[in-house]
Amino acid sequence: MLVEEKNAVTEEIENLVKTYGSERSALMPILQEIQKKHRHISDYAQQEVARLLDIHPVEVFSFISFYSFLNTEPKGKNIIRICRTIVCDTKNKSAVVAAIERELGIKVGETTKDKKFTLEYANCIGMCDQGPAMAVNDRVYTKVTPEKAIAILSEVRG
Amino acid sequence: MEKIKKRREGKVIFSEYTRGAGINKLKEFSREDVLFELKESGLKGRGGAGFPTATKWMLTAAAKSDKKFVICNADEGEPGTFKDRVLLTEYPELVFDGMVIAGYTIGAKLGIVYLRGEYEYLMKPLQDYLQVMKEDNLLGNNIAGVTGFDFDINIVMGSGAYVCGEETALIESLEGHRGEARNRPPFPVNTGYMGHPTTVNNVETLAAVSHIVIKGGNWFKKVGTDKSTGSKLLSISGDCNKPGVYEVPWGTTIQEVLKLVDAKDTKAVQVGGASGICLNKTQFDRTISYEDVATGGSIMIFNENRDMLHILKNFMEFFVEESCGQCTPCRIGNVKMLEGIEMIERNDYTFSYINKLKGLAETMKVASKCGLGQSSPNPFLSIIENFREEIFNGSHGGRNGK
Ligand SMILES: Cc1cc2nc3c(=O)[nH]c(=O)nc-3n(C[C@H](O)[C@H](O)[C@H](O)COP(=O)(O)O)c2cc1C
Ligand code: SF4
Ligand code: FES
Repeated sequence: MLVEEKNAVTEEIENLVKTYGSERSALMPILQEIQKKHRHISDYAQQEVARLLDIHPVEVFSFISFYSFLNTEPKGKNIIRICRTIVCDTKNKSAVVAAIERELGIKVGETTKDKKFTLEYANCIGMCDQGPAMAVNDRVYTKVTPEKAIAILSEVRG
Repeated sequence: MEKIKKRREGKVIFSEYTRGAGINKLKEFSREDVLFELKESGLKGRGGAGFPTATKWMLTAAAKSDKKFVICNADEGEPGTFKDRVLLTEYPELVFDGMVIAGYTIGAKLGIVYLRGEYEYLMKPLQDYLQVMKEDNLLGNNIAGVTGFDFDINIVMGSGAYVCGEETALIESLEGHRGEARNRPPFPVNTGYMGHPTTVNNVETLAAVSHIVIKGGNWFKKVGTDKSTGSKLLSISGDCNKPGVYEVPWGTTIQEVLKLVDAKDTKAVQVGGASGICLNKTQFDRTISYEDVATGGSIMIFNENRDMLHILKNFMEFFVEESCGQCTPCRIGNVKMLEGIEMIERNDYTFSYINKLKGLAETMKVASKCGLGQSSPNPFLSIIENFREEIFNGSHGGRNGK
């Protein structure tokens, strides 16, 4: 990482600490903001969060590793999550997954080469009465068909 | 977020309520009055465990501390549950008024909503709603013009961990730790968030409180059964024509629920989500109630075409993924049960081994540290038992018969 980049990250985290405070309870919202902006929490960001909240870097790493929405490796710009829980499963979520895999040329758990999309499974996202359900970033789509899924992705890609 | 409020029908939760009414009532209502009506109502927690709300609040109110907290559990992670999302989206007044009433009653100045990360899209509308409450003096300082009645609400988001719905794991998460359940005692009512007395309540429980404060405990308990007073919101999904959120009186039978949502050719009903139990046709006369089949509200319906072993496998995969891994019975037990299911799938099992797994499941129920490991054996035991014909003898078009 370049020195300027490091400084920018530090400044960003200092600002987050100003917003959320330096108590340990601020850890979750601070990491969520970093995750949202950079789509992962880098080693350097972890160290800086640890320093500014006065906790051990290993604790920050351990925290991140526990929560499925936080990660230390970069993901795609857009994260697609398909509900794999039983109700959506019975509503033919597999066809939707297969269509997306074909279209993007990746498997569940992978990121496209252009880093535009990461495809993941999610557990029940609370849309079971309108399954299959899919989330792209923080937007939720319901009654998704293979065709509809691909249309949504083209729209997201812009 | 839906702009136009849908009209929903129900005797209690979906009955008339004017925004802020419960809070304004506190001008003439003492803490003791609230506790009295709550006790009278017989309200029990709607998050699954069913602990009497009046008792929880009394304990928190009685605990001595300079700080206390109210937590609204909006983690709604149980597979098949979405009624809290509907309440937060369409009836935020019930939930937030309930939180303010809780703050007043137990003596807390801060309430925290723990919103599941999957509901991030609700964050903005809910924060806007809280802002309007502040402008209307329903939140902030000297609420409703009562000097010294101060209460504020923060919303904190989770990050995709089912176990964080368990109240002590939730508190750990809020404090900036991994969401690992705590040993109890001490209970949150004494040693909760930041070590201070805390009441943790489900979204629906808080919504019920707002009605009770206005209409009284007696009104509330007219609905339901003796032991299960009031109504329950059900999140109904699966094989039926009219899935959705319904309010029913406790004591409603599974058969009545199936009729309500126009379900045909039903083979199985999973009550209580992945951690609940699965009923077969001979059990559809059982009632939804604390004394019979209790539930946090998830009802999943499966018709004759569904493969029960596949359903069971889906639930066990969920638990293997979501176990926090802290204690051995749950960390290892769920994996063993999943492996057992895969053995049945491959036709590579012995009945003596399946019986051993049943024994393991019983051990997990008593030896696991938190509700996750104590309840994850439920689908395993109930599906293996209630659908054993299909699973082992393949006579109902089940997997071995195919
Ligand atoms: C694994 C697990 C997940 C839970 N998830 C939730 C949840 O999402 N929402 C909830 O209100 N309660 C959940 N609970 C129950 C809570 O621990 C707690 O009993 C409840 O929030 C108390 O509120 P109540 O008394 O109003 O029901 C969960 C329990 C366990 C063991
Ligand atoms: S029962 Fe499971 S989820 Fe609960 S503490 Fe033990 S390992 Fe963690
Ligand atoms: S089962 Fe897919 S959203 Fe609930």
